[in-house]
Amino acid sequence: MGYSIVYLSLVVLIPLAGLLIRVTAMSWADFVRVAFSDRALAAYRLTFGASFLAATINAVLGTLLAWVLTRYRFPGRKILDALVDFPFALPTAVAGLTLANLFSQTGWLGQFLVPLGIHLAYTTGGIVLALTFVSLPFVVRTLQPVLEEFEVELEEAAATLGAGRWCTFRRVVFPALLPALMTGFALAFARAVGEYGSVLFISSNKPYVSEITPQVIMGWLDQFEYANAMAVAVVMLSASFAILITINLLERWASRFQR
Amino acid sequence: MAHGIPKGPQVAMNSKSRRGIEEPEFIRKVLIGIAVGFVGVFLLLPLANVFAQAFAKGWSAYIQSLQQPDTRSAVLLTLLVSAICVPLNLVFGVIAAWAVAKFQFRGKALLITLIDLPFSVSPVVSGLIYVVMFGAQGYLGPWLDSKDIQIIFAVPGIVLATLFVTFPFVARELIPLMEAQGSDAEQAALTLGATGWQTFRYVTLPSVKWGLLYGVILCNARAMGEFGAVSVVSGHISGVTETLPLRIEKLHQEYQSVGAFSAASLLAILALITLGLKTWLERRQAAEQALGQYDSLSSHEH
Amino acid sequence: MSIELRHVSKRFGSVSAVEDVSLTVADGELVALLGPSGGGKTTVLRMIAGLEVPTSGDLLVRGERVNDVPVQKRNIGFVFQSYALFKTMSVFDNVAFGLKIRNTPPAEMQARVDELLKLFGLDGLGRRLPHQLSGGQRQRVAIARALAPRPSVLLLDEPFGAVDAKIRQELREWLVRLHRELHVTTIFVTHDQEEAMEVSNRIVIFSRGRLEQIGSPRDVYEQPKNEFVARFIGVLNVLELTVRGGAARLNELSFPSHGVAEGETLRIGFRPYAVQISSNLQEHPHSAVIRHVYFLGVQLRLELETPSGLILRTRIVKDEFLRQGLEQGSSVSFQIREYRVLSTGANNLSPEVATVHSAANFAEGI
Repeated sequence: MGYSIVYLSLVVLIPLAGLLIRVTAMSWADFVRVAFSDRALAAYRLTFGASFLAATINAVLGTLLAWVLTRYRFPGRKILDALVDFPFALPTAVAGLTLANLFSQTGWLGQFLVPLGIHLAYTTGGIVLALTFVSLPFVVRTLQPVLEEFEVELEEAAATLGAGRWCTFRRVVFPALLPALMTGFALAFARAVGEYGSVLFISSNKPYVSEITPQVIMGWLDQFEYANAMAVAVVMLSASFAILITINLLERWASRFQR
Repeated sequence: MAHGIPKGPQVAMNSKSRRGIEEPEFIRKVLIGIAVGFVGVFLLLPLANVFAQAFAKGWSAYIQSLQQPDTRSAVLLTLLVSAICVPLNLVFGVIAAWAVAKFQFRGKALLITLIDLPFSVSPVVSGLIYVVMFGAQGYLGPWLDSKDIQIIFAVPGIVLATLFVTFPFVARELIPLMEAQGSDAEQAALTLGATGWQTFRYVTLPSVKWGLLYGVILCNARAMGEFGAVSVVSGHISGVTETLPLRIEKLHQEYQSVGAFSAASLLAILALITLGLKTWLERRQAAEQALGQYDSLSSHEH
Repeated sequence: MSIELRHVSKRFGSVSAVEDVSLTVADGELVALLGPSGGGKTTVLRMIAGLEVPTSGDLLVRGERVNDVPVQKRNIGFVFQSYALFKTMSVFDNVAFGLKIRNTPPAEMQARVDELLKLFGLDGLGRRLPHQLSGGQRQRVAIARALAPRPSVLLLDEPFGAVDAKIRQELREWLVRLHRELHVTTIFVTHDQEEAMEVSNRIVIFSRGRLEQIGSPRDVYEQPKNEFVARFIGVLNVLELTVRGGAARLNELSFPSHGVAEGETLRIGFRPYAVQISSNLQEHPHSAVIRHVYFLGVQLRLELETPSGLILRTRIVKDEFLRQGLEQGSSVSFQIREYRVLSTGANNLSPEVATVHSAANFAEGI
């Protein structure tokens, strides 16, 4: 017990407290000036917007994936299941590097897509692409246990009452999945918001245009403007906390329906 | 948030014997096709691309780029950091999970939230925290300087930052497992005369060993692959404070494509090993669970 | 609505769950599918519902083959053992589900659901969610939901398994009343023979995928077709006798040999009421001690032990027990008034189990 408290303090609490104290040393006016500067606001818009889009894509495709993996049997299913964790296991730098290359003009996929006008490397689209990649497992893995434990009898009951397959999915299965889906979405969103490594490689990193929030922080750090960096970091932290609380609430809401 | 190792899929419904409660064959094929296509394009292709680009100029070019002194140091540094962080976080994780699952104490909810913290905080912010604390202009900066201790822009800083981002992994895997177990088995052990330590060693640990291994594997994968937090604290000094992911960045910036991809391939291989181990672990856990179920299995009607 | 199964079999991979079952259910009947776990009764129920498809054989409804008709079109009401209520929907929405699927106009839907909620004693609970209900209430919602679309047959899978014993009793009576009022053909699965006996018009007994007997409760109790049925329904004392000197014997008891050869075995069974006891030790030919008395209310269940160690079960009305001044440990005389032959010889050939033989005057031996 004591050991874990000490460990936590050293590793987490004290530096965190230091961060917060440092920020309060800044005047409120300065804080607002930096944290809500045009550059920062542009970065927030990009970060949260791209993350939201990525999480949404993952919500849809993740549901499909989870369904296919739990309900169907086909050759290669186990490999597919294992591959879903790939973004978890792959370092973000590698992910960014290879995705940027893949969709660049000379890349395997880019060579077909660029002539069609689809530029995914070094653009905002690329950012969404990278964020979708890194947050992909979250929705699938959150939904899978729920789907696996889903009582088939509920679907059978709906069938005996006359509901077709799609109708059953819409009215019976999906509402039961919704809490888990939202939790998965929130987790994917949180992950995407914080992502740095892969975006660095795939974005053109131009301030006001294609810069994400972590890069703003890095920019200030490079100039040793610690206070400014922390101001922006506090905004990010607050967002993280808000998302974390939302996730906890969602999980509590989800368990409301169990017995 | 984690539920231990995700369970394998349920026994798929025997489509030949049930009708009206399964999607038509056509729909199923389409859905499977989309799923496979999505994963193939999105996950497999990038993976294959790493190796394709690494070997773009042949096998000897690959080997050569790996033998670059700076790349070699990066590999060694990465291994060192991992070797320090994983065991430390392992011990912490076990103790924290033990505390959370078995005891009631004030601040328990806070502890759990704190454990989840690195997961929701951006890696850059994580690194920033340490710079603010230990950096030249940070809180302890002058003090450390006077003692001639360097944390930021040196290896200790990298270790600390990595510790921060990887410490939840083991704990998060173990907490739900230990909580689900309940304390019946341990209480039984105590009534039979076992000491706390014996109970822990012979009863608690074996029952969570798969979750433990799983957490260790994930912790290691993250420790070796962490970019953001390390990038902030390291100073990017080639040969000294460059971990493998940072090395990849440097090589990429210097337009050394083969070099960058070669280094990346090492990490990709690590990722594949991680995946393989995880799958193996899941299968072992499932097998053990199946055996355990025979005790309470009553005859089932079809 | 009459339902007929003709030589229906069901196999899951290499496992045969149902083998060659043929039966008919007439319109408006209340039929119990009874048998031990794994006997195939739930599989038969699910095949009638359309949740499983027979491997071979025909399933006919009103004379028409329905093997290939999907579940949705069969117009059956199914109540699952676990109730399978839609957890995210209110009681009202659960019950209304089948009507909503059929695009019933809202006014009609409201009326029908209200009518059912009232009938089932659930009015006022319309807005509640399943997890806010008691076990018995969930049970009734499940049945109401199945009945809302006015199905032609109601199927229930072990409907009272998950409920407390006291409530189970009430629900049984309630089901009988409901059936009488609604006149819906009802088939339910149970492993509790008392339940089947109490509730149904006819009982279909399954064992290991095969149909053992169909009959009214009285038929299967008084005229069991084979040993399995005789032992499964009610309580049966079973004795294994060996033929020696022309009579089938076991310790101090002897019975006619029924044509069984010398040295071969013969198994007989007799109900508790066939064992007569008396505190007058001269009244009956055999003696025993009352080993244990089980107090069941008006009736007492007695365990008798003979000097040679045989255990026999019998019943006696409490008043009679007291009138004879009996108590645990008393000595009594007894005789076995009637019995059935369950199996003869080493081949275990099943003879006429339904026939009851009187043993009143057979006192050879001893």
